[in-house]
Amino acid sequence: MRFDIEIQVTPREGIVDPEGQTIEQALGNLGYAGVHHVKAGRLVRFELDADDADEARSSVERMCEELIANPVIERYEVQIRSPETASP
Amino acid sequence: MKIGIVRFPGSNCDQDCHRAVDEGVGAEAVYLWHKSHDLEGCRAILLPGGFSYGDHLRAGAIARFSPIMREVIAFAIDGGPVLGICNGFQVLCEAGLLPGALVRNDSLRFRSHPVRVRVEQTDTPFTSEYEEGDVLRMPIAHGEGQYVADQSVIDALESERRVIFRYVDELGQHTEEANPNGSVRNIAGICDEGRQVVGLMPHPERVVSKLLGTDGLGVFHSLIRSLQATETVKAPAADAPDVAEASAP
Repeated sequence: MRFDIEIQVTPREGIVDPEGQTIEQALGNLGYAGVHHVKAGRLVRFELDADDADEARSSVERMCEELIANPVIERYEVQIRSPETASP
Repeated sequence: MKIGIVRFPGSNCDQDCHRAVDEGVGAEAVYLWHKSHDLEGCRAILLPGGFSYGDHLRAGAIARFSPIMREVIAFAIDGGPVLGICNGFQVLCEAGLLPGALVRNDSLRFRSHPVRVRVEQTDTPFTSEYEEGDVLRMPIAHGEGQYVADQSVIDALESERRVIFRYVDELGQHTEEANPNGSVRNIAGICDEGRQVVGLMPHPERVVSKLLGTDGLGVFHSLIRSLQATETVKAPAADAPDVAEASAP
């Protein structure tokens, strides 16, 4: 089965996020009030062949720990869509 | 005694490192290609600055998986001296040889200008020829140089005297103004627990000539001196079998 994988990587809580801070400041300067806690991160999308969703998830989590995220400074969220849920 | 300089695709301070080693302190420098599995008998390894693999994903994240890095990691674990400068420092952190990480400068700008750093510790192979408290002028050139780590890691680095360089002003004070990238506690360079692996963001290899300043020469002099010292220690042991053979008959 082929799964659609989406990984969101964002700075860990307590790690400075200068990019997020700057976006927040710029939004304020543009007059958008009430914007708080902006976090800027990275989106990684790919397709993955795996026998089932569990195998896909454990494989993607290993990829995140080893390469896609740096656990020292980043956290990640994985979304897996199977072909059934993806098709119309 | 050979010093190896690793070349990743995108390294751009490799030639400066080469010159610092051969013209600067008169030692033999060799380039080590990232695809190689052979450290060619080098006694120390330098990871130069640049943008290895285009800084894709995170600075140093891809370089860490180069074939040569497997050898460098084994060499470091075995107690071999390794220096990571700028991108090399980022690679050492990504490889887990040094704790913490280097993230985007707090200014969000690429900073390229001279800074001052204070030598905090001299008991490493790269700082032994300096005096503690020496203030050196070196250039920085980086977008991701803000050193961060968990509080417990920072506390350990401080208590184990593993902060090797700190950004300071001309008076040697680690002020906020003297900090070019927002690094926690003005940290510019650290070492590992064994004190043989050192990483720093400023570029000592760019200040090894009269024209540009010589404050970085001490890093390379220190390395050569410490390698010579370990050779002298090892020499009698290496000679021993000859002596035994000679006296046997």
